[in-house]
Amino acid sequence: MRRSVLIAGLAAIAVISAGGIVGGRKSLAAGAQTKTASTAEVKIDNFSFGPTAITVAAGTTVTWINRDDIPHTVVSNDKVFKSKVLDTDEKFSYTFSKPGEYPYFCSIHPKMTGKVVVQ
Amino acid sequence: MDSKKKPGHTKDEILHDHNHDGVDRRGFLKCMAWAGTGAFCVMQGGVLKSYSMSRIAEMNPAEMTGELSFAQISDSHMGFNKAANPDVAATLKAAVDKVNALATPPEFLLHTGDISHLSKPEEFDTVEQILKSASAKDVFYVPGEHDVLNDDGKSYLERFAKGSHGAGWYSFDKKGVHFVGLVNVMNLKAGGLGSLGSEQLEWLEKDVKHLKSSTPVVVFAHIPLWTVYPDWGWGTEDSAQALAYLKKFGSVTVLNGHIHQIMQKVEGNVTFHTACSTAFPQPKPGEAPSPGPMKVPAEQLRSVLGITDVNYVRGQHALAVVDSTLA
Repeated sequence: MRRSVLIAGLAAIAVISAGGIVGGRKSLAAGAQTKTASTAEVKIDNFSFGPTAITVAAGTTVTWINRDDIPHTVVSNDKVFKSKVLDTDEKFSYTFSKPGEYPYFCSIHPKMTGKVVVQ
Repeated sequence: MDSKKKPGHTKDEILHDHNHDGVDRRGFLKCMAWAGTGAFCVMQGGVLKSYSMSRIAEMNPAEMTGELSFAQISDSHMGFNKAANPDVAATLKAAVDKVNALATPPEFLLHTGDISHLSKPEEFDTVEQILKSASAKDVFYVPGEHDVLNDDGKSYLERFAKGSHGAGWYSFDKKGVHFVGLVNVMNLKAGGLGSLGSEQLEWLEKDVKHLKSSTPVVVFAHIPLWTVYPDWGWGTEDSAQALAYLKKFGSVTVLNGHIHQIMQKVEGNVTFHTACSTAFPQPKPGEAPSPGPMKVPAEQLRSVLGITDVNYVRGQHALAVVDSTLA
């Protein structure tokens, strides 16, 4: 299931979901993708971040896009990054250069939480 | 009280008698009136009576009017333009018309936050402009999370809460009633609910300390000060501490917004009430994947938006809370 999803998504960007394959590594199963994954996307929809947790390689730029009718923010718990308020269809990107875990939340609706794991 | 006309017992009537510990749980649940139904509640000497709006015509006007009358509006979300309501300015105007048409003209308005949708100056301007057409000239605000999005609430403070404390909390007295405006939308923590914070709680403790316990107290804040539905963040994590400071008072009325629907709960001496939005409805707790704006057929929209009218009768310690839709 995960494999087919990965293949389907390969043409677009190497989005690596939780427990998936780390961007930048060779994904033989999915084909000859050797290029370092440099971008990943998180959708904000129905008051949640999807995927809730993503694992990416150091150097990856993660882009959040708000698909809700209500504004949201993307704010790191440890104040590493903080978006301005994102209205519908607005985006925020941050490039993760250092490995580590980056929990974040929506400062307007703090029940909305997510995590970026950088390897 | 015996001389007053007493409504007949129908299935709409709910009676709570706190003084005699006769709180009826079934009645309590029925009192959680949903948007569009409308409820009218009278609290007299700690006894709260609640009737459906359909029965107001049968009631003695003396039970509904008093020496102090004010109206609450909430969640005008100026700037919102999605399908759930493409014209929030029009529905705010309709809310003002509704306020102006009240039988007892309110002396002032309370706005319980989410004045704007995106904290933009032009959104604040529009709301101020529309509220100028209200017969009541004074408006007391507390911020919603949508009003403090970009600058830690500085522009909100300058515009709506000059002379207030901290992030915008304050109190004032009107005809023997003590009003407290609280801010529970700042410095929210990941995974958490609304928050008052220790500085504001300390201020509140001092603010009410010297008041007589017979003083009627009205507390207003954006996010409910009782836990409505924590999964959607509908509650305030440190509200219990605030309510502890209000325990000594015989009559406490808590007015909130945020959840865009009418809910009411009575706990001891405290009546909690949330108001309708003037902009768009939100789903009942847990009845949708998220608390996002709920789209209803256009012709039904005004029946799920509304205002709240509150009357205080001195001597009877009565606060009557009346919700009316914009339909």
